[in-house]
Amino acid sequence: MPDKMKTTESRPILEVRDLVKHFTGGSGFSFGPKPAAVKAVDGVSFDLAAGETLGLVGESGCGKSTVARTLLRLEEPTSGTARFRGEDIFAADPVALKNIRRRLQVIFQDPYASLNPRMTIAEIIAEPWVIHPDALPVSERGEKVRSLLEGVGLRREHAERYPHEFSGGQRQRIGIARAMALDPEVLICDEPVSALDVSVQAQVVNLLMEIQDRLGVAYVFIAHDLSVVRHMSHRIAVMYLGRIVETGTQAQVYNNPRHPYTKALLSAEPSLDFTGDREKRQRIILKGEAPSPANPPSGCRFRNRCWKAQDMCAGDAPVLDRSDGDHQVACFDPE
Amino acid sequence: MSEQALLDVENLQVEFRTGRETVHAVNGASIRVGRGETAAILGESGSGKSVTAAAIMRLLQSPPAFVTGGSVHFKGLDVLSMPMAEWRRHCGRDIAMVFQDALTSLNPVFSVGWQIAELFRAHGVASGRDANDRAVELLGRVGIPDPAVRAKDYTHQFSGGMRQRVMIAMAIALSPDLLIADEPTTALDVTVQAQIMELLEDLRRESDMAMILITHDLGIVADVADTVSVMYAGRVVERGPVAAVLGRPAHAYTLALLNSVPRTHDKGHKLEPIAGSPPDLARIPSGCAFHPRCQFATDTCRTEAPGLVTVAPGRAAECHHAKAVFDA
Repeated sequence: MPDKMKTTESRPILEVRDLVKHFTGGSGFSFGPKPAAVKAVDGVSFDLAAGETLGLVGESGCGKSTVARTLLRLEEPTSGTARFRGEDIFAADPVALKNIRRRLQVIFQDPYASLNPRMTIAEIIAEPWVIHPDALPVSERGEKVRSLLEGVGLRREHAERYPHEFSGGQRQRIGIARAMALDPEVLICDEPVSALDVSVQAQVVNLLMEIQDRLGVAYVFIAHDLSVVRHMSHRIAVMYLGRIVETGTQAQVYNNPRHPYTKALLSAEPSLDFTGDREKRQRIILKGEAPSPANPPSGCRFRNRCWKAQDMCAGDAPVLDRSDGDHQVACFDPE
Repeated sequence: MSEQALLDVENLQVEFRTGRETVHAVNGASIRVGRGETAAILGESGSGKSVTAAAIMRLLQSPPAFVTGGSVHFKGLDVLSMPMAEWRRHCGRDIAMVFQDALTSLNPVFSVGWQIAELFRAHGVASGRDANDRAVELLGRVGIPDPAVRAKDYTHQFSGGMRQRVMIAMAIALSPDLLIADEPTTALDVTVQAQIMELLEDLRRESDMAMILITHDLGIVADVADTVSVMYAGRVVERGPVAAVLGRPAHAYTLALLNSVPRTHDKGHKLEPIAGSPPDLARIPSGCAFHPRCQFATDTCRTEAPGLVTVAPGRAAECHHAKAVFDA
């Protein structure tokens, strides 16, 4: 697959293979049988090329945030590998991990919970340099904080203020400035605009795209808002119950979805691009809701909601078919 | 719509008085809903859309909330001056509401079947076994599998989408003429959202029920509503038929909102965000509340509150530059 990447670099910056994360219950005090393991991520593989955006979409419980947290090793994976510039993140010792995290940063969904209310903005943005003192000499940090603030559309004098003085959109900018403090090569964005008002979302979306143009940072962009993901991403991976069911370029996945789940997901998204006649709009309404990742259906995990399900879908789980190049789909009977 | 509307809200004003400050949550909301119509109220957080709905339903607790002006007429009755006991008889029977968060809106200590049956009992429509049978029938109607079994379950045993169905069952139990749905799908996944919106639409069509749909989602408005009232800083700044308003807005805010969301055809283009953020309702900007964020703003906008400017037959907006926006 790497040879199909449309970038100048031959090797992807991030290579994730067969990532599995099961949460086992039973550590707390409880009666009755030990709860089943929650298979939050169950065999996820993808590549991320330098400077590109991979949109990771799916509904709640599909494991997209767990993928993000595991890549940062905020959660320890159950199995699998993730190579950052060839170095295995999961096998890295604390020193190596610290070095990787310097180049692999994150912004979170909730800008109210992710900034320490007792620190000034300058302290928040400078904190990465406390952890990585060699990144920037102390004498240059004050100026760098101010230029980072300007880089995210805030003012230099904001440095001395506290988080509560800022709105949600401004806080998310501060989070982005902090993530950019170490000049990372990859930024993992976990629902970065979901908590923001519609009119403010566009500010952050534009900022992220502008930063990518300027600095060439690659994004793993996790969101459930399909129109935002379409706007931001070069490539898309659609997740359902811990697995990637379809992946391809943005145009392939959005214009020609092949997995029934992708099709249903796209058709369910309310669209502003109405052509006038609502009755004619073809909409796939799925049955039921996604089952619990603790007890997924056998075979294809989507089969109990799929209108095309056949007997064979209950047997072996379909794997991503790599015969069609970039556009891969895990389905026995794709569209 | 020229004859008597089902619901007529005129210049509604609501404020919340706390010890320190007064929050002007609604500062002149006028909304009309005809029979069988789906009317959307579109706004961001803090625009006053939910408070408007709560005021219509008389659900606001006073203090801290005070309705300081305006009127609400439902089927010609003056809602706000009616004795509470009388209004309670209309609630559920003639007008009902569905909330965003079903888990906190339903009672956790009674089975869902019991809660629905309670409606029939409270309104003296049915009692005992008959009420229970009707509850089961309703659960089936809103698409809950095995309704007779599930009626005995409690809210925590239902998924988010199923809970929302239970709440909808409760709301439509007495066949109201008007259903107010306050962000009914915001907490749900897209595929479940589509199910719930379809359910609401089917129910509405079957019984010719009118619906007020409160949402921040432009896509949902475009998808299901007949008319839309756009709210900003507690005011309805523009209202009209959905296709007309979203297709060719007359208020600078509506236009800016439409330009700020990603569309299919503009992939790769830069979005046009609205500068700044929605105002603090305790300190609403002078003149037109949108002026600090508006690209059309002039000195007049800063000092004078705009009146309704008509731009075309049936099209008007509270914007000094409505004509320029409309022609933009």
